[in-house]
This record gives sequence, C-alpha cells and structure tokens, in this order.
Amino acid sequence: MKSKRPAIPYLGWMLVFTIVPLIMVVYYAFTDKQGHFSLEAFSNASVYSEVFLYSLFIALISTLICLLLGYPLAYSISRCSERAQKMIIMFLMVPMWMNFLLRIYAWVLILQNYGPLDMLLNLFGIDVTLIGNSGAVIVGMVYEFLPFMILPLHTVMSKIDNSLIEAAQDLGCNGAYVFRKVIFPLSVPGIISGVTMVFVPTASTFLVAQYLGGTQFMIGDVIERVFQSDHNTGSAIAVVLLVVILGFLVFMNRFGDKEAVN
Amino acid sequence: MKKIGQKIYLGIIMAFLYLPIFYLIAYSFNDGKTSVWKGFTLKWYTALFNDAQIMGSLKNTLIIAVLASLIATVLGTAAAIGIYNFKGGVRTAIQNVSNIPIINPEIVTGVSLMLLFTFAGVMMGFEMGFWTVLLAHIGFCTPYVILSVTPRLRQMDSSLYEAALDLGCSPAQAFFKVVLHELMPGILSGLLISFTYSLDDFVITYFTRGSRFQTLPIQIYTMTHQRINPKANALSALMFVIVIAILIISNFASIRKSKEATR
Repeated sequence: MKSKRPAIPYLGWMLVFTIVPLIMVVYYAFTDKQGHFSLEAFSNASVYSEVFLYSLFIALISTLICLLLGYPLAYSISRCSERAQKMIIMFLMVPMWMNFLLRIYAWVLILQNYGPLDMLLNLFGIDVTLIGNSGAVIVGMVYEFLPFMILPLHTVMSKIDNSLIEAAQDLGCNGAYVFRKVIFPLSVPGIISGVTMVFVPTASTFLVAQYLGGTQFMIGDVIERVFQSDHNTGSAIAVVLLVVILGFLVFMNRFGDKEAVN
Repeated sequence: MKKIGQKIYLGIIMAFLYLPIFYLIAYSFNDGKTSVWKGFTLKWYTALFNDAQIMGSLKNTLIIAVLASLIATVLGTAAAIGIYNFKGGVRTAIQNVSNIPIINPEIVTGVSLMLLFTFAGVMMGFEMGFWTVLLAHIGFCTPYVILSVTPRLRQMDSSLYEAALDLGCSPAQAFFKVVLHELMPGILSGLLISFTYSLDDFVITYFTRGSRFQTLPIQIYTMTHQRINPKANALSALMFVIVIAILIISNFASIRKSKEATR
C-alpha cells in the first residue's frame, strides 16, 4: 500500500499518449513540410484570426447568457427542499445524456425554413430566416451547455447556510443588500467553475456552427478542415487555441484565489 | 407570489431543455420527411433496426465502451494508489499532467492523438481503426477514474490495511479484501463515468478512427450532417427512453437502499 509502483504503467501511458502527442503538435506548428524550423505555419494560420475572434465572441456571449439564465435558477433550486433539489437536478441532467449531435440536430429541425418556429412567426407576419446565423449558433450553444453552468452554481449555492442569510436580514439588510453582501460573494467559486465549464467547450467546439451557423465557421471547424490537408498550419492553430484556453484558465484561477482571500 | 414566479421560471427553463427533444421524438412517428405532419408511422424504427451499418456501429460503440472503461478503471485505480504514495510537488506535478486530457479542449486532444497515430502508423505499418480508438478512449477515461478514486483513498484509514496484515492476511489478500472494498464506491463511479463518456464521445473518436471504423456518434454525424434523416429522430427517441429507464431503475434502487438502511 505504500508502494509507488502501481503508478508506473500509467506514468508510461501519460508519457506516450498525453505528453508526446502534445509535443508533436508543438513540433508540427513550428516546422514546415520538410521538417525545418519555421514560423510559416503561424503566418498561414493568421488568415483565420477573424474566425478565432468570432469564436471567442460567440463563446463569451453564450457563457454570459448561460450565467444570466442559470444563476437565478440555481439559486431558487438551492432554496428548495432536499428531495425537490434532487429531482430537479436529475431532470436537468437527462438532456446531457443524449448525444450532443442529436440535440443540435433537434435545433436544426426547429429553426429550419418551414420548420415549426418559422411557420409560427409567419402566422404573425414575421418573415425571418432563423437558421444559418450567429443567433442560431448561440441558441445551440446555450442549449448544449446551460446545465454545465447550473450544476456547479447549484453545488456551491446549496452549501450556503440559510442562517447566514437570516442573520443578515436580522441585522437590517434588505433583499438586494443580502444578495450583494452574502449570497453573491459566497457563490463566486460556482460562477468561476460554471463559466470555465461553459466557455472552454464553446470556444473550441466544432460542428455546432456547421449545423446551425450556415457559412460562418468557428475555430474548431477550421482546425478540422485545415488538418485534412495541412498538419503544420492545423497544429499552429491548435497551439494558439491551447495557449488562449490555458491563459483563460490561469486568469479564472487567479480571480478565484483573489476572491477567496477577500 | 415570489414562489410562483420561481416555479414559472423553472418551468420555462425545463421547457427550453425538453421541448426540442420531444419535438425530435414526435417527428420520429411522422410519415414524411419534412416538418409537415403526414400521419403516424413506425417505418423509421423498422428502417433503423434493419440498417446494418447503424447496428454494426452500435456494436462497435458498446465494445469500445466496455473495454475502455474496464481497462481505464484498472489502470486508473492502480495509478491513483501509486500517485497517492508520491509526496508534495512530485505528486502535484503528476496529477496536473494526468488532468491534461480533461482540461485540454477535446479537439486539441483529438488532433494530437491523430498526429501520434499517423506517425506511429507509418513507422510500424498500421492504420487507424478499432485499436487507436480504444487507446484514445482509455486515455481520456483514466483521469476521471483517478479523480473519483483519489478522494476515497484520502478518506481511507491506512491502519485498516495494517490491521488486515496483523490478522494474518497476505499483502495481496489485504489489498483485495480490505483496500479494494474501501475504494469500491470511487472505483464504481469512475467506471460509470468512463463508460458513459466513452459511449458518447464524438470529437476524439472522429480524429482517431481512420477511414472505416464507425461508432454510433460517428454514425449520427453521417446521418444528420447537412441533411434531415427521420432515422436519427427514431434513434433519439430510443436513447431518451433508455436514459429515462436507467434513471427510474437507479432511483428505485436508491430508495430501496435507503429504506433498508433505516430499518
């Protein structure tokens, strides 16, 4: 039981299947087709900087909407009885167990031209194209990832002691003040993990834009396309994406630590 | 008044989450391919079950999920015990590397493994397919096993193991009868997480499957990418029913368990 030996197979595994592949991505990113050191791949990749910013923008908006929708819901769930909480959480998780492509496909059916929503709006004389734009992509992302925001928020909020809230009220705080001084600061760790769990996959996802976004692709789609013909440029984009995501994670962690100290 | 508002809000969010799925299911019974209702039919279900490709990919998915989750559970449980015996900075470093597949965007993991497997394939003369998908799945499942076993290790009283030895167990007996028993809830939840993640994985499979190997999520992609296919609706309906059935069964099991506990 005191031996380190059981970890040896996995240490070897990590070397071969985690570290070496990442080194290979970095290697391909910094070399040309002949294997010489070169920054050519990055200059090729810069063509996609607009797509990159667009992806971050979509991820940011989707994360904000998830937070705005999820926060009040998580709070009101956390004030229910324990039995009710369990039930509601279970129902929030069921859609997550359905395959993600089928869930996106459901929105393709709903938003398509002559689909149910289109027809409904037509009845009121509103004639808009619902699919093939950023709005549809954001709806798909929010649908896909809203539970990932609610669950960590709920976990943190359900641990907030009711007596803390009552104490604040007894000491003369009104509702808004209780929220600002007690509930919100205590829920920050939940916000941080919720935002992380939504932002990272939305920024890097692929296919959602291909299903709902028409011709406007996201960076994940670009990586897939480029990789089919050019491993070097594909790797360069992947490296940039990885650096941005890591930067985001470090930033969120710092933010969390600072809040924890306060 | 406030309570009613909260209930309405909860109802709206639930409707947002469930109506698309119900819509999908309803149109699996539609005798037509568009959103115009043409009458009730079960033909998409028969078509689904008679589709040899879909059934074959379902079989592949199940084989991969069973093998990947079992191997990841053994590998991960051993790793969790070994890593636990490292100290301080080394342990943190190992844990951080171990968590890379969880933190990494899936697409980056996918393309990095694709580079590895294409390179190794050229060197050793193989093509991506069943085995590369299996390796990739073990790779992203094992960290979750470690994450669910490690807390149990921390909670376990290490004198239990020593007591078993004092009472005449061999180290192997003490391990299998005492340690493994203590870790079992963590091991089982790791197994379950691995199994469901493996079943559902699309992105990493997509990059490591080569040109011929098909799993169900890949099949769903082929069925629904830029086209409407009512067979996909039928498949969603079946998946939904299975998920709900599992939930009801596990709920009943936990109710019975808690009843027995109170007895």
